Amino acid sequence: MTIIRIDKKDWAPGLEKLNSSYRLFGPVKEQDFHNFKELAKGEQPDFNCLNTRLSPKSIVQPQSEIMLEFTLDESQADHHIMKEPAVNDKPRAVLGIRPCDAKAFQLVKLNFDTLEHKDVYWLRNYEASTFVGLACDNPCSACFCSTAGSGPYNEEGLDVLLVNAEDHYLAKTLTPKGEALLKSAGWQATIEPGAAEAQIAAQQKSAEERIQSRVYTDNLRGQVTNELYEAPFWEEVAFACINCGTCTYLCPTCWCFDIQDEVHGCAGVRMRNWDSCMYPLFTLHGAGHNPRGTKTHRVRQRFMHKLKYYVDKYDNGIQCVGCGRCIRFCPVNIDIRDVIDKMNTYGTCQVDQS
Amino acid sequence: MEPAKLTNHKKGGRLENPYLPYPVRIDDVIVETEDKNLKTFKLVFLNPEDENKFAYEAGQFAELSVAGQGEIPIGIASSPTEKGFLMFTVNKVGLVSSYMHSMQAGDIMGVRGPLGNWYPWEQMEGKNVVIIGGGFAFTTLRSAIIYMLDPANRKKFNEIHVIYGARTPGMLLYRDELMEWEKRDDIHMHITVDGTDDPDWQYNTGFVPTITEQKAPQGNDDTYAIVCGPPIMIKFTQPVLDNLGYDHDHIIMSLENRMKCGIGMCGRCNLGKEFVCKDGPIFTLLEINQTPKEY
Ligand SMILES: Cc1cc2nc3c(=O)[nH]c(=O)nc-3n(C[C@H](O)[C@H](O)[C@H](O)COP(=O)(O)OP(=O)(O)OC[C@H]3O[C@@H](n4cnc5c(N)ncnc54)[C@H](O)[C@@H]3O)c2cc1C
Ligand code: SF4
Ligand code: SF4
Ligand code: FES
Repeated sequence: MTIIRIDKKDWAPGLEKLNSSYRLFGPVKEQDFHNFKELAKGEQPDFNCLNTRLSPKSIVQPQSEIMLEFTLDESQADHHIMKEPAVNDKPRAVLGIRPCDAKAFQLVKLNFDTLEHKDVYWLRNYEASTFVGLACDNPCSACFCSTAGSGPYNEEGLDVLLVNAEDHYLAKTLTPKGEALLKSAGWQATIEPGAAEAQIAAQQKSAEERIQSRVYTDNLRGQVTNELYEAPFWEEVAFACINCGTCTYLCPTCWCFDIQDEVHGCAGVRMRNWDSCMYPLFTLHGAGHNPRGTKTHRVRQRFMHKLKYYVDKYDNGIQCVGCGRCIRFCPVNIDIRDVIDKMNTYGTCQVDQS
Repeated sequence: MEPAKLTNHKKGGRLENPYLPYPVRIDDVIVETEDKNLKTFKLVFLNPEDENKFAYEAGQFAELSVAGQGEIPIGIASSPTEKGFLMFTVNKVGLVSSYMHSMQAGDIMGVRGPLGNWYPWEQMEGKNVVIIGGGFAFTTLRSAIIYMLDPANRKKFNEIHVIYGARTPGMLLYRDELMEWEKRDDIHMHITVDGTDDPDWQYNTGFVPTITEQKAPQGNDDTYAIVCGPPIMIKFTQPVLDNLGYDHDHIIMSLENRMKCGIGMCGRCNLGKEFVCKDGPIFTLLEINQTPKEY
């Protein structure tokens, strides 16, 4: 691991150089909030935001993505036969991704990269990406990353970690991919590691101390699935939910999708689109039966998936990195931290809160 | 139940795309039932080498792909011992299945798979197998029966019983084959209908649970029941099997849930941590008892 010093005056020229071999993505202000976007030539990522409204998952899993193409024109020899579209696998640099969101990709990867099947679309985009993280110095009150398997300076899933200092960034090189990116941007000024590491450690400590919000997840694994599923608190948790799906769309660790065909004239595509377990159609059988027919079923599915099924299936912690988006933007203030607490303490001798 | 098959991911250095269907041609369409709501489609691979890649086991399913309409998960009704074609029986329900009912021999579509696990053939070797089916959920059971009756396989199994019921004689699937099997002495057929006014009906009358009570052998370590049918049939058959002494790890069921990807990725078909599409569709009742009942 080496640490590079990037003077802020060298930032824009470096991006300019990167542009020839990478597609650049970064946070950009759109109306009142920031989102990740592909940067136009010369456009700068805007690091003046705590985090983007939507997670950067769309860089790897676009909200809508063409999977296959076909023609219905019977005069063509290959009519009605599905084909893969041309692929753009030009390397991508994801600039200023927060550590929680980078870790989220690693959690999601377990779903798309399995022993039996590989999701080529997701993996292609993921592997083409170099993640240049930006450490968090001002976590907000809804952030609970440090007890959700991540942290403001967490390096998992990152290729480079940028630490903001007054007139420069300290760039920790974490992988060969990250090293290659720094090189092609011309950011090469190595500095004496001892002092830089001490500075990073001090900033990290102060950031971690600012995170007041914590969750306890130690009992989840040991809980019995069917007992948690039947727990009496689900009606209460779900009571105010309007099944709007905001939580799942904003979440960096939600990956569910739908597949639909679209046809214009004779030309057609098979696409996939983000979907949400909050919607009744998600599980509706053709014959009318719906195994998750009530909103309580659906709210329970969201939390059970993240906090029990995923935990049991992969033995890799919870399917949540504590980014706090679902807490900040739920229109009815449903707070996953409360649900984690209910699930984690269920069946242990609780103090009656009522 | 069975360990998942490892697929060969890389072809010519490229990752194989699990969403890309094999192109097939409809070779034949057969109307199965008197209400014309069930049709059997015989499909032939456009590229003959794809047939080898589509090596399947009885009990698996596939996504049938119709360009411009979408995909539907359908159990494979042909048996791996039948070569040169695939067979699927499709109930007319909604968008894709209704469109398929308007398709004809010669039309081009796609098949993606094989998907899911299969009946536990190795575990059932040397055992008695009791097949209990109702309505149109008989498709992969046909595959299972043809597979077991194949001369190369029949000796691997002990007694075979089949209890199969439909509302009326005209609603039974694969009628010609049922009659053929009736004539054999290496399979005990117990065909039944809920009711009929046909005076020549020489088989059983009564609901599947009742016929199961009368005809199924006692449960023991050496006997497996495979149960597929509408929820109401399953609900009333289970206590019968309990009374007959079948342990829940000897009762095998094939489940259905709405599906899209069929490979455990799109997130909609799960029962607890198990995906019906990938970890199933075949589960023992014991396994199902340990998951939330979301099917
Ligand atoms: C493992 C398995 C095996 C099956 N085997 C058969 C069979 O052999 N014969 C048969 O007729 N039917 C079978 N089904 C049910 C069949 O998949 C549905 O009837 C069919 O998907 C309805 O699609 P549709 O487009 O006509 O209906 P719509 O209501 O228009 O459905 C739209 C889409 O939702 C999904 N969907 C809807 N209902 C279901 C469902 N019950 N299961 C899965 N996906 C659904 C499909 O992607 C479908 O294209 C099976 C289902 C599963 C899961
Ligand atoms: S954001 Fe809140 S109201 Fe909307 S679906 Fe999620 S939990 Fe329900
Ligand atoms: S569940 Fe909420 S807090 Fe956790 S990763 Fe998703 S949006 Fe962030
Ligand atoms: S159908 Fe997509 S996860 Fe099962």
